Amino acid sequence: MKINLRNKRTRTDFLTYAGVIIAFVVMTILQKEGAISRSLSGQLVPICAYVTMAISLNLTVGILGELSLGHAGFMSVGAFSGIIAAMSLQSAIPSDGVRLAVAMVLGAFFAAIAGFLVGTPVLRLRGDYLAIVTLAFGEIIKELVNCLLVGYDENGLHMMFNLNGQKTVADLGLTENGIEIIKGAQGATSTTTISTFTAGFILVMVTLIVVLNLIRSRSGRAIMALRDNRIAAESVGINITKYKLMAFVTSAALAGASGALYGLNMASLQATKFNFNTSILVLVFVVLGGLGNIWGSIIAATLLTVLPEMLRSFAEFRMLVYAIVLILVMLATNNPTFKLFFERIRTRFFKKPAKEVRGK
Amino acid sequence: MSKLVSVQREARIPERDADKSPILECIGLGIDFGGLTAVDDFNLTIGRTEIAGLIGPNGAGKTTVFNLLTKVYQPTRGTVLLGGIDTHGMNTVQVNQAGIARTFQNIRLFSSLTVEENVKIGLHNQLPYSMWSGILRAPSYWKQEKKAHEKAMELLSIFDMQDLADHRAGSLPYGAQRRLEIVRALATKPGILLLDEPAAGMNPSETAELMDNIRKIRDMFHIAIMLIEHDMSLVMGICEGICVLNYGKIIAKGTPEEIQSNPTVIEAYLGKKKEA
Repeated sequence: MKINLRNKRTRTDFLTYAGVIIAFVVMTILQKEGAISRSLSGQLVPICAYVTMAISLNLTVGILGELSLGHAGFMSVGAFSGIIAAMSLQSAIPSDGVRLAVAMVLGAFFAAIAGFLVGTPVLRLRGDYLAIVTLAFGEIIKELVNCLLVGYDENGLHMMFNLNGQKTVADLGLTENGIEIIKGAQGATSTTTISTFTAGFILVMVTLIVVLNLIRSRSGRAIMALRDNRIAAESVGINITKYKLMAFVTSAALAGASGALYGLNMASLQATKFNFNTSILVLVFVVLGGLGNIWGSIIAATLLTVLPEMLRSFAEFRMLVYAIVLILVMLATNNPTFKLFFERIRTRFFKKPAKEVRGK
Repeated sequence: MSKLVSVQREARIPERDADKSPILECIGLGIDFGGLTAVDDFNLTIGRTEIAGLIGPNGAGKTTVFNLLTKVYQPTRGTVLLGGIDTHGMNTVQVNQAGIARTFQNIRLFSSLTVEENVKIGLHNQLPYSMWSGILRAPSYWKQEKKAHEKAMELLSIFDMQDLADHRAGSLPYGAQRRLEIVRALATKPGILLLDEPAAGMNPSETAELMDNIRKIRDMFHIAIMLIEHDMSLVMGICEGICVLNYGKIIAKGTPEEIQSNPTVIEAYLGKKKEA
């Protein structure tokens, strides 16, 4: 029995797109009918942001095979540059949708630059250096944004670093009509929230198209080749640094766009939101969903974003139960008995026997 | 006793290649690891369509020579000319583009990818569409992916492996993995193909088939092939020139007949005869 993996992949991609579209349509209808709770309704945009984060981190961790522990740093860069862009373009671009799109593109752009700066020296090395450097990068970004003061008035953008702890937004010298965008440790406190569920859905779809089409192209094959065997990839003429950087920068840019979406959904946002815990949370989505498994990332990100809300009834034991659920899921998905069970179901539904290689 | 046999330094390439410049020339190639000299004074010339053998006892430095040629290690001294071009300062990727492809002693496939993808990765540098054309699925993507598919199938058909195209490379039987590695190397359009123990772990009938295939590849692609092998029936059966390495130094060069009767080679393999 010949199994066409290529067709299987196309089918998986198709089902992933279809699943996201169906989920969006169902949620939109439910929301209109008022059938979902306020807390879940408020989670729709963050879910889209985290799904994008998970898919983009999967590109680095699953497809490229490099560990990144500072993905929230790129989200932070995207979030705050997106907020600055959206707030200062308020009069220039009256349409919320267009302004959000511009903010996301700029967020992606600045995160991509950050990714390029971090990746260029580090990705030349072999080993786990990327994990250490991205960990540091996340912390550096957090501290930098913590002392960043940004305001906007007729004269343009005013920016200042409060390095000695003495300066406040007043020192920016804004005119009367000026708006204070980022106030150091207080963060962005008066952002006009323009993110919508539709925008989040579009971002997820764009991310899926970018990542899935990249994987199925020449560049993606090169990226997976160097993950599988670096020496062999070099021996067939694949430029290791170029493709590592390509995957990493793409991943950073998508995280930036996701950050912009997330940031413009919050009236108040502090730099400490994007700390090490957030990076690890996104890494948990990726690991739980399966390395290199895109739809797994989507489902894991969605469920684990909603789960803490659903566990609200456990009150102070909420995070304990969350941790236990995580451990149980990880154990269950790696349990041979469970795997066999799921394999049987799959065999029954799709009538395809397990992979068998005909020896020659 | 090695003084008795003078090492032949002059280029000896098959007569049919004599009018063309050699594909590979090594002049005084050597590498030291710390204080240890792994390969020293390695001189070799290979003709455009020659099948050459590199043999020697375990630890003689045969794979190190391959690693020097493909720049996995940068040589400490000496020159490698590839089709007349000095490869000094090139890295692995650049020498591959200049025309060296290789297989590995311990198989190195992209095991989580399919057989076809493995071959397509070998075709990587012959598909010039950009990352953006790939993401946006531009016409150049479809056109060149179609070309890549056809080319990959054509290459796989050399070893009659088209039916395995959609299987995961890591799940193939051992012999098929070895063949796939050769196909992947051929996909990069090399001028010389280096095979590191291609018959390792094969039974006699598979080895015989491999011998036919190596000749077939040479005749189809008009390339030179250099192989490291311990199976003497294979080496003596297909190699036109053989180079024997021991302790990092060439101890003999010549045709299979010359090598078989060379006392230094026999000594290196079997040990010295006790003198009464």
